[in-house]
Amino acid sequence: MHVYACVKRVPMTGGRITLTDDQRAISTRHLGFTVSPHEECAVEEAVQIVEREGGSVTVLTLGPSESEEQLRDMMAIGADRALHLLTDGEEWDPQATAAAIVTAIRADAQPPDLILFGNESADAGNYQVAVRVAHALGLPCVTGVKAITIAGGRARCEQEVPGGRDVYDAPLPSVVAVKEGINLPRYPSVPGRLRAKRKPLEASSPERPAARLEMTRLELPPDSGKQVKILGRGPEAAPAVVEVLAELGVL
Amino acid sequence: MSVLVLMRDAGDELSLQALAFARSLGQATGADAEPTAFTIDGPYAPASWGQTVADLVTARSPRAVIAPGTERGNEVMAHAAAILDEPLSANTTAFTPGDPPTVTRVRWGGSLLEQALLRGGTLLITVAPHAVGAAPAGVTPEVVPASHHALALAPTERVGASSGGVTLEEASVVVSGGRGVGSAEGFAVVEELAGLLGGAVGCSRAVTSAGWRPHTDQVGQTGTKVAPEIYIACGISGATQHMAGCKGAKKLLAINSDGEASIFAHADYGVIGDVHAVLPAISAEIRKVRGA
Repeated sequence: MHVYACVKRVPMTGGRITLTDDQRAISTRHLGFTVSPHEECAVEEAVQIVEREGGSVTVLTLGPSESEEQLRDMMAIGADRALHLLTDGEEWDPQATAAAIVTAIRADAQPPDLILFGNESADAGNYQVAVRVAHALGLPCVTGVKAITIAGGRARCEQEVPGGRDVYDAPLPSVVAVKEGINLPRYPSVPGRLRAKRKPLEASSPERPAARLEMTRLELPPDSGKQVKILGRGPEAAPAVVEVLAELGVL
Repeated sequence: MSVLVLMRDAGDELSLQALAFARSLGQATGADAEPTAFTIDGPYAPASWGQTVADLVTARSPRAVIAPGTERGNEVMAHAAAILDEPLSANTTAFTPGDPPTVTRVRWGGSLLEQALLRGGTLLITVAPHAVGAAPAGVTPEVVPASHHALALAPTERVGASSGGVTLEEASVVVSGGRGVGSAEGFAVVEELAGLLGGAVGCSRAVTSAGWRPHTDQVGQTGTKVAPEIYIACGISGATQHMAGCKGAKKLLAINSDGEASIFAHADYGVIGDVHAVLPAISAEIRKVRGA
């Protein structure tokens, strides 16, 4: 099996988001970067499938040159090679992102049997790149997936829905968008990191088409205006807490 | 030009919010006075439902199609947008007319808002849950039969239905633990308080990443979104990832040994102290008050 996993570099936001002066990005002066959580699980799932079924994992990203850090991280947890679609740091809209991924996958000498995405990116959350890639490649697509079982050339996918999980029996190749919780991604080992440095990484620079969903400005939502009432310190606060619970009618 | 609204059913709260959004978009753009609400008839198959929306767009040339920003709403509209090769603004909170119009949509699970130009022949928009008030019920949606799509998959069965007990989504009290709980065993004090209050146990992403609790307990942007009467956050710092999952709570009580933790900026009530000292004291006090 040749499994693709598509990832995006995003800042680790922590407790409070601050914006750049031009309000077009999050100020990342004091922040580290990571892969969106759902996508990290997509890579882990790809690695586990290939560990069971044999084959190889290609990790793909569209992003600035710094995204190589995330590609190396994903190769450190088991991806075999990386494709880097380089941008100049400007944001690409979902249609442009999907088109660039489609072009890269079509150019691959070894077509994938399974293309994994995260259900939505942590930052933009557009909920559509996987679906667009599937339609462009003429493949079926399942989203919101919390379990994948490969058997007999098909992928049994469990989609999380209120009150349970819907099972989709997808033929291969297919596109599957997964959610965090499908697995617990492993931490990269030191030997894994060393191996990742020597794994193949191919970079290309696709042309950015005009955006049809064009971000112009970011803003913080209005402050909740909440003023916290401190009920006390340590165990002595317990009676005041219980009084609040009684007032709220949950006791 | 008309505005179409995809509804789950005539009484669905989030669909009625989408209808309200469609009405104000219609008024702002000078479209026909009343949007046309519709439901799709047939078993759920995402690509087929997307094709249904695409066929309606081709047949009726509406100015916009609006749907609720639910998992299904976003999925169906993504398929429609892919089939039509049109942009889609998912989880939208506001619309400003113009050429092109501007949408406001949520990022980072609601911790950030984005303004964007939407350059669509037909405007495809899903509405972020609870961003606008619901229209009054009473509209009778047109029933549109599902179209066919060659790549469509439909669910073959439903598994893992919940086995009773209070679910995180429905609980009126959620007691949630973070890194400050310290270990998997440390959750005994969280479970004790949740049990006394008939509530559900939640946790932060740090806890599931450490393997202390299953991911099904995780509250947050990539976990469950909760809306209890009170959310009791124990040893949780208040990262944006977590707050995206509990901002629907009516009241928030934060218990944290660090009085500077950002969780206190989101809290209604606070206790400064270690969860392993404070939670057993609260549980003991509840038992005392109840006389047991």
